[in-house]
Amino acid sequence: MGKNTIIGGSIWEEYSQKVQDLMNNPKNMGEITEEQAKEMGAKLIVADFGAESCGDAVRLYWAVDEKTDKILEAKFKSFGCGTAIASSDTMAELCKGKTVDEAVKITNIDVEKAMRDNPDTPAVPPQKMHCSVMAYDVIKEAAASYKGVDAASFEDQIIVCECARVTLGTIKEVIKLNDLKSVEEITNYTKAGAFCKSCIKPGGHEEREYYLVDILKETREEMEHDKILSQADAKTSGSEDFSFESMTVVQKLKKVEEVIDENIREMLIMDGGNLEIVDIRDTDDDFTDIYIRYLGACSGCASSSTGTLYAIEAILKDKLSEKIRVLPI
Amino acid sequence: MRVYLDNNATTIVDPSVYTTMAPYFCEMYGNPNSLHEFGSETHPALRCAVDQIYAGIGADDNDDVVVTSCATESINWVIKGVYFDYIFNGDKNHVVTTEVEHPAVIQACKFLESLGVKVTYLPVNSDGVIELKTLENSLQDDTALVSIMWANNETGMIFPIEEIGKICKKRDILFHTDATQAIGKVPVDVIKAGVDYLSFSAHKFHGPKGVGGLYIKEGKVITSLLHGGEQMEGFRSGTLNTPGIVGMGKAMELAVENLDFEKNSVKKLRDRLEDELLKIPDTFVVGTKEQRTPNTILISVKGIEGEAMLWDLNKAGIAASTGSACASEALESNPVMEAIGAEADLAHTALRLSLSRFTTEEEIDYTIDAIQKAVKRLRAISSTFSYAPDWHESKL
Repeated sequence: MGKNTIIGGSIWEEYSQKVQDLMNNPKNMGEITEEQAKEMGAKLIVADFGAESCGDAVRLYWAVDEKTDKILEAKFKSFGCGTAIASSDTMAELCKGKTVDEAVKITNIDVEKAMRDNPDTPAVPPQKMHCSVMAYDVIKEAAASYKGVDAASFEDQIIVCECARVTLGTIKEVIKLNDLKSVEEITNYTKAGAFCKSCIKPGGHEEREYYLVDILKETREEMEHDKILSQADAKTSGSEDFSFESMTVVQKLKKVEEVIDENIREMLIMDGGNLEIVDIRDTDDDFTDIYIRYLGACSGCASSSTGTLYAIEAILKDKLSEKIRVLPI
Repeated sequence: MRVYLDNNATTIVDPSVYTTMAPYFCEMYGNPNSLHEFGSETHPALRCAVDQIYAGIGADDNDDVVVTSCATESINWVIKGVYFDYIFNGDKNHVVTTEVEHPAVIQACKFLESLGVKVTYLPVNSDGVIELKTLENSLQDDTALVSIMWANNETGMIFPIEEIGKICKKRDILFHTDATQAIGKVPVDVIKAGVDYLSFSAHKFHGPKGVGGLYIKEGKVITSLLHGGEQMEGFRSGTLNTPGIVGMGKAMELAVENLDFEKNSVKKLRDRLEDELLKIPDTFVVGTKEQRTPNTILISVKGIEGEAMLWDLNKAGIAASTGSACASEALESNPVMEAIGAEADLAHTALRLSLSRFTTEEEIDYTIDAIQKAVKRLRAISSTFSYAPDWHESKL
């Protein structure tokens, strides 16, 4: 809740100008015929994704030069809302001039970013992100068809959400790429779980092999595991990235927070106090000054400028760097 | 040209309703419950409005028609009030409603479920109406309330209220109907219908927003939700919304006066629009013309997603609505479309056009043309539709 949610906005107001323009005049809408492909000396690929009963469907046409694997021309047709049409159009545009292998690497995020008016404002509201995910899936279908492999062998095709035909692979990938933290977000991005809801958690309309709640939990655990591994790698390789001194102030703040949370805060809370970090500054003498404010019982406690302070500083020095000073304000 | 064909969402305030309300903002603004003249000078208009409202729905003088802030409030009051009086403080534990009710009913029932009440949501057939047999089979000895809408907001389908009233009476079960989409479109008579409670909202029949009503049959008074002052006998406290009540009274009077116009002229325009749209191949409309409120069409246009259609119509200045999941904030498929069931595609290709007595013939002509153009453009983009070549060449 909050002020911005009191009057629900129209989702149309959140479409970028590019999305609106593409919806009104899609550039790559249409078909490529066998004859046209032949004239270009190219192979025609037609791939479908989605279905009308799912609410979105897209068909992608490629004319591919078989000598270079290059996509010479791309066209689309789409059953869907404005953002689905705009995303499909952008996806077709992004395919042009790329090799098939390059095209497969286009993600839903590339499609969405290409439709932004300015780099920092999303082109579509979150619940419309699924439209660009669909554009990304149809490329894989087209590539599988071109390579003469079954789409099933091209990527793992376990269908988690039957209504929206969303695969386990897509869901895991979208969670990782977009750092998704809730089932609602997965639904917004992929449409999985938007319809009969059976795939969200056990006990729904029908029994499923995979549920979004479990996939989310497992994928988050995998991400956490990967993160620890990569940090450990950085540590053992003695990479300078890990040294506290070379961190940015924001990174330092994060690290200091972590150490305080793990080693210090609980101790203070037990005594009815707490602290907050007010500022972190790099000084000219190569020290890092950490300004803290005591809260609760700590503020005004005699030990807060002596024993407690020394303990805090010692822990931070031990965990992070000798060149740390803690300054209460 | 700007054309408003979303009258099941809300309506224009009739200019004469507006004029009737106007003096009660800056001239006669007193609190009707005050003793002084500033208060009492509002009474004639309020009494007149109450007469108009009672007459409009055929209520008996001994019944209560309590003014609320909207139909959502009225509905919540009935469902939660019945819960307090007959379930929490009684021996009943079951409520029957339908799958296609307005969210106010569905969500209030879900709330009751969270308190341990059993709720049966009756399905509708492919025409979008419930079958009486299904209703009869759902009733139990501990059923406290049946809540079924008079007319559906999406399809316009009219439900067999009188028959439902009889069934409930026979089983001694309370009957509430949400008549929000019925008043001003079809005759509504609470006595004939045999209802115990009836909810409505002024803004759906050319009255102001923020005012509605709840009819309570004599002897069926339920626990109040808004406790406070003595307004409305303390059943529904809160300072009386003088301009709102005056406006709703006038709007009710006009709605009843215009029922014939609605049945003839509005329906004629609606039917013409419907006939023209059905000439487009691969379209269908839910329910027959006679089974529906005279102002509503829910049409499925194969190959065109509902929000895309709204987009093109909006560009042409036409306001319509869709049950499409894409157009909702939550991406949730419309429950009415799902309940109608037969055609899964309908859930995404539905377009709702709802007229009013202010809709003109020129507007309908313009709309027919605009929809044909939108269909042509969007079906050319569509991957799930292609015309038989001869139609494509000759008609559009």
